[in-house]
Amino acid sequence: MMDIGNKITRVTATAIVAGLTLIAGTAGAIAAGDAESPESQNWAFNGVFGKFDKASIQRGLQVYIENCSACHSLEQLAYRNLFDLGFNIDEVKEIAAQYEVTDGPDEFGDMFERPAIPSDRFVLPFPNENAARASNNGAFPPDFSVLAKAHPSGPDFIYAILTGFKDEPPEGVELAEGMNYNPFFAGGQIAMAPPLFEDGIEYTDGTAATVQQQAWDVTNFLQWAAEPEMEDRKRIGWKVVLFLLVLSGLLYAAKRQTWARLH
Amino acid sequence: MSAHTQPSGSSGNGLVKWIDSRLPVFTYLQKEYGEFPAPRNFNYWWNFGAILTFMLVLMIFTGIFLAMQYTPHVDLAFDSVERIMRDVNYGWLLRYMHANGATFFFIAVYIHIFRGLYYGSYKNPRELLWIFGVVILVLMMATAFMGYVLPWGQLSLWGATVITNLFSAIPLVGDAVVTWLWGGFVVDNPTLNRFFSLHFLLPFVIFGVVVLHVIALHVTGSNNPLGIDPKGPQDTIPFHPYYTAKDSFGLAIWVTLFAAVVFFAPNFFGEPENYLKANPLVTPAEIVPEWYFLPFFAILRSVDFNVWFIDAKLGGVIAMFGSILLLFVVPWLDRSKVRSARFRPIYKWFFWILILDCFLLGFVGAHSPADQVFDGVEGLLFIDLGHVGTAWYFIHFLVLLPVLGMVEKPKPLPTSIAEPVLGGGQAATGAAAKPMEKA
Ligand code: HEC
Ligand code: HEM
Repeated sequence: MMDIGNKITRVTATAIVAGLTLIAGTAGAIAAGDAESPESQNWAFNGVFGKFDKASIQRGLQVYIENCSACHSLEQLAYRNLFDLGFNIDEVKEIAAQYEVTDGPDEFGDMFERPAIPSDRFVLPFPNENAARASNNGAFPPDFSVLAKAHPSGPDFIYAILTGFKDEPPEGVELAEGMNYNPFFAGGQIAMAPPLFEDGIEYTDGTAATVQQQAWDVTNFLQWAAEPEMEDRKRIGWKVVLFLLVLSGLLYAAKRQTWARLH
Repeated sequence: MSAHTQPSGSSGNGLVKWIDSRLPVFTYLQKEYGEFPAPRNFNYWWNFGAILTFMLVLMIFTGIFLAMQYTPHVDLAFDSVERIMRDVNYGWLLRYMHANGATFFFIAVYIHIFRGLYYGSYKNPRELLWIFGVVILVLMMATAFMGYVLPWGQLSLWGATVITNLFSAIPLVGDAVVTWLWGGFVVDNPTLNRFFSLHFLLPFVIFGVVVLHVIALHVTGSNNPLGIDPKGPQDTIPFHPYYTAKDSFGLAIWVTLFAAVVFFAPNFFGEPENYLKANPLVTPAEIVPEWYFLPFFAILRSVDFNVWFIDAKLGGVIAMFGSILLLFVVPWLDRSKVRSARFRPIYKWFFWILILDCFLLGFVGAHSPADQVFDGVEGLLFIDLGHVGTAWYFIHFLVLLPVLGMVEKPKPLPTSIAEPVLGGGQAATGAAAKPMEKA
């Protein structure tokens, strides 16, 4: 249908476009930002076959509760979401019951405190942003619910931040009051003090609590918190894509057969 | 399969006949989608009309279901989208289909437009058809822009602020216009509310214009890769079953690609920062629009100088809107009588250069103008590329199109569509000719 010369022009042009875009893309990546770019890690959830590492996520929940929840909220999650991680009803109830929520008004019109139940959302560490800033030197600890999706290389970035603190800034870097040196954070200075310590927590499953291990686990937890639907999504995705490929094949055959009638 | 062999309107059972004699929808469908004689030589670039129709319907369906759960209030919008993602059954699927649907909609519409530019589909007698197409593009842009504001992330808020602020460049009344658009003195709840209302409305307006677009198409008939008019029945085939079969196959491939992105990389085309809740007190490090606006954004920012009494800001706004509105007059800018670039040896090259230019502008739009393009190369800034890309865009349409029409010597056109297709001038036989005898 199309003469060869034409096809060649077209293919060459497409190749040039693709090539230029690629070159352009890499140039842009090198030029971007003043923070060090995080190393990419081999996460269990990576790739089209990726799955959550449930054991790591469960440990990550423990890291979050013990080390982060005093500052970082998780406002989009409810305790009932923990069923997805394999906790049973009693375990979830127990986790929730550690927190107090305000409920009411009761029959006299008064608000009252009660222990949280599975249907409650994760209790916020601070009543509002100003309160959070007031306790953190003016800095705001961001909410964790979708943090892993809010950075270009989300989980790698979180892991890099958590493992990237340096006790001493390099020559010539002047740290502002209350700031900590972390080359992976924009500007190299972060208002959060290193939150993880060697054996800072004792894992209930006996895993050795190195800083790397805790960072790894809490990052897995945050990735799950950001996209709890991921496993369903990929599983359904395979079925849909395979179905569509077969359908495309059949439709191609039907098209060939129909057009064969022309001559 | 053999619907086209039956005379219009007389097919079907009693109920169909009863309705048809009172409101001839079946006759219409039969005529416009059954027998409709289409040139026999479409290639797969002609698939995108069907693909676009599918995308519009998909956007309307997913949108309506999202709207059932979405709350257009600055304090609740972000959370309500997260509710959709987490608690609504298959809400994540609805939302990822809608968000990526916008992306695939734009990929398809850009391919569709460049198809038109390559094969000269805007030329006499299809000018009005083309104009309806450009109206659809403009409405799509407005719809997508307002849709992006709805999840109320950082870029929703700041993107809306930057783009609506453009209107302040209008002399004298600019600031008043912006206040009026916002419904206040900043982008706030009234803005979000009206954007939701309009975002809900506009797709149905688009639907209406699509109907006009298709009616216009069915008056003039389709263009084809050779850009010459069908000369008789041997040049055309009935739309059904030939192009319904071909379109179905192409659409299935398209949907497969779409599904792969929705299920495996649903945030690939999105900006991560929009997963941060909108905060009027924190300006994002960089405010970038969605990828499909990047070339126009680059043109906006490339005018960084005053021209006569027009300051840089107004100049940028004029250039940006001009670059889109320009498309309306392309049928009159192009002076060449030959439609298809296959027979236009010089235009063909400039067509591909224009494509490169649009990619270049897109690339520029994604970076801040004052940044260096290459780390090692001093002095080459994105703004420089922006100047070149913008200038070329306008040169292409305003200078090259008219001039080429006058200086270019086109290659000889084939005498008929059937000639190159059948490898000779002889009349087609069999299935191709038969249905046409009835039409
Ligand atoms: C004492 C309070 C506090 C604790 C405990 C804490 N953080 Fe932070 N965190 C902060 C503050 C404040 C910031 C904001 C820093 C800034 O903006 O400079 C922050 C920022 C961060 C960031 C960077 C987010 C971004 O995108 O800007 C990450 C990642 C992070 N914290 C992870 C953690 C993890 C994981 C834990 C638990 C292991 C934790 N934090 C414990 C206060 C805390
Ligand atoms: C031309 C068709 C349409 C286009 C191009 C379009 C585009 C968009 C875009 C780009 C977004 C932001 C996606 C995100 O990042 O979250 C969005 C959100 C939204 N749209 Fe549409 N849309 C269309 C039709 C509709 C229709 C017909 C409705 C309702 C009847 C609708 C309802 C919504 C709602 C409720 C949201 C907010 C939820 C969300 O952000 O995911 N859309 N739209």
